Amino acid sequence: MAITKVCGIETEYGIQTLGVADPNPITASSLLVNAYLSLVSKRVGWDFDDESPMTDARGYSRDYSLAPEIETHLINTVLTNGARYYVDHAHPEYSSPECFTPREALLYDRAGEEVLRRSMEGAANVLGPGQSIVVYKNNSDRKGNSYGCHENYLMDRLVPFAKIVTQVTPFFVTRQIFAGAGKVGTEMSYVQKDQVPFQLSQRADFFEEEVGLETTLKRPIVNTRDEPHADATRYRRLHVILGDANMSEVSTLLKVGVTAIVLSMIEDGYLDHLDFALETAVPALRAVSYDLSMRRTIELANGKRITALEMQSLYLEAAKEYAQAGGLVSLGDEAEAKEILRLWEEVLATLEIDPMRLSDKLDWVAKYRLLLGYRERHGLDWDDPKLAAIDLQYHDIRRSKSLFHKLDVERIVADDEVGIAVSEPPRRTRAYFRGKCLAKYGPNVAAANWDSMIFDLGEDPLRRVPMMDPLRGTADHVDELIKGCATAAELLKGLGS
Amino acid sequence: MAEREMVRKTSPSRTREAEVEEAASPDTDKSEKLKAELDDLLDEIDEVLEDNAEEFVRNYVQKGGQ
Repeated sequence: MAITKVCGIETEYGIQTLGVADPNPITASSLLVNAYLSLVSKRVGWDFDDESPMTDARGYSRDYSLAPEIETHLINTVLTNGARYYVDHAHPEYSSPECFTPREALLYDRAGEEVLRRSMEGAANVLGPGQSIVVYKNNSDRKGNSYGCHENYLMDRLVPFAKIVTQVTPFFVTRQIFAGAGKVGTEMSYVQKDQVPFQLSQRADFFEEEVGLETTLKRPIVNTRDEPHADATRYRRLHVILGDANMSEVSTLLKVGVTAIVLSMIEDGYLDHLDFALETAVPALRAVSYDLSMRRTIELANGKRITALEMQSLYLEAAKEYAQAGGLVSLGDEAEAKEILRLWEEVLATLEIDPMRLSDKLDWVAKYRLLLGYRERHGLDWDDPKLAAIDLQYHDIRRSKSLFHKLDVERIVADDEVGIAVSEPPRRTRAYFRGKCLAKYGPNVAAANWDSMIFDLGEDPLRRVPMMDPLRGTADHVDELIKGCATAAELLKGLGS
Repeated sequence: MAEREMVRKTSPSRTREAEVEEAASPDTDKSEKLKAELDDLLDEIDEVLEDNAEEFVRNYVQKGGQ
């Protein structure tokens, strides 16, 4: 039986500083995070002790000449909803708390957007007249620079990593048909611009390897970072780096939900019978992204050729059997997972008939349809800067400017629910303990990490509370204890540490 | 829209026409609604779009990330 697919989404946002000559993106990112902190005035540092981003899931650690990708000098904080909000690679990054279901991951991803929106408003208060910082939820500046939206899924350590790679790669290569955020043109230097007027994915241009540890160069389709942030003897955290940052809630829910279903099926051996390995995954990733017709085929290692839709259908059929056998329990909420399965099936069926019918559901279709309409009305060529501007502005997170928000795309979570998720943690993972401790004992929390909290009771030494199991520290486990403990000292006594 | 007209021409009786039209209407209604919304947005989009598209696109430069 697959373990619960605890999951989360981390997003590096794009930023544009206006009214400042030669703006520094690190300064602007820090300003945003600081502006948010001064709004909520709770500030706790991040503890880097257990971070090991250079440990490889294939079973070895390489000796790196470069410093690890950890910027201890940069601003880094934890929020009462259990999220981490910090500056990474000159971008503000919001890492959602550990979520119990894909819908919850969507909710906390939305909450992240709200955090960034409030940060922008807060920053406006300290910037000079005519100056502002604008935040974009996308993955490319259209000039060859990309920044990521990563997903994380809890997996059973017993599943061999090679099996995950084999069985998830064909899924990753093809899921962009519903999860892609769409992009005008291509950033591949050797591809003729007029060959790719529009593509499904923001990120496909930036992937060069099938498997690897990198995240900023030679990006791999399957990332091998082996940093579970949990008990490494039992758990693996699959770090997924190839996804697009989605504006559409339907795209986000499908991206996370269907991926969680596929990973559960891998754990439970439901894909072992499929002979679907790709001949060459990286070219296939781009071929799928460049094909708006849904008819182009990609080559399998066994010599056969199938379309992206056919590949997705192989996974879908297995998933239906899996659902029949009760496997979807591993998604945290079986009824919710069945709804994701139904939505996936509906979307694949509609993509087969006419993708444009999904313009109220999927990002790439909504954006493409808007571009087609604008292009037709004004008689523009695909290389017209106005179309590139529409592409960028689709991802502007300001409601007054965001073209996504002007389109009537289906919603799944309500605004008031998102408002609550900005400050309240998920109840069914350890994020609950982290968020609630911060809210109640903030001044005594010296630092926090995904898998521990460090308390400062004003005496030596600092007290570290390990949280090695993402499924412990839930509201069921700790709510009464936290409610009954007025101080951090009482809490630690109650925890027996 | 074209689909509906075609159905009308080939329908032999009023009853059948009504049935077919009813069956086809949710999709047609939806696509008409989407089209109307898109037209509205296209009417007003220039007011929302950044003033100088070329400059906006050129100045949008990010440091690479993960």
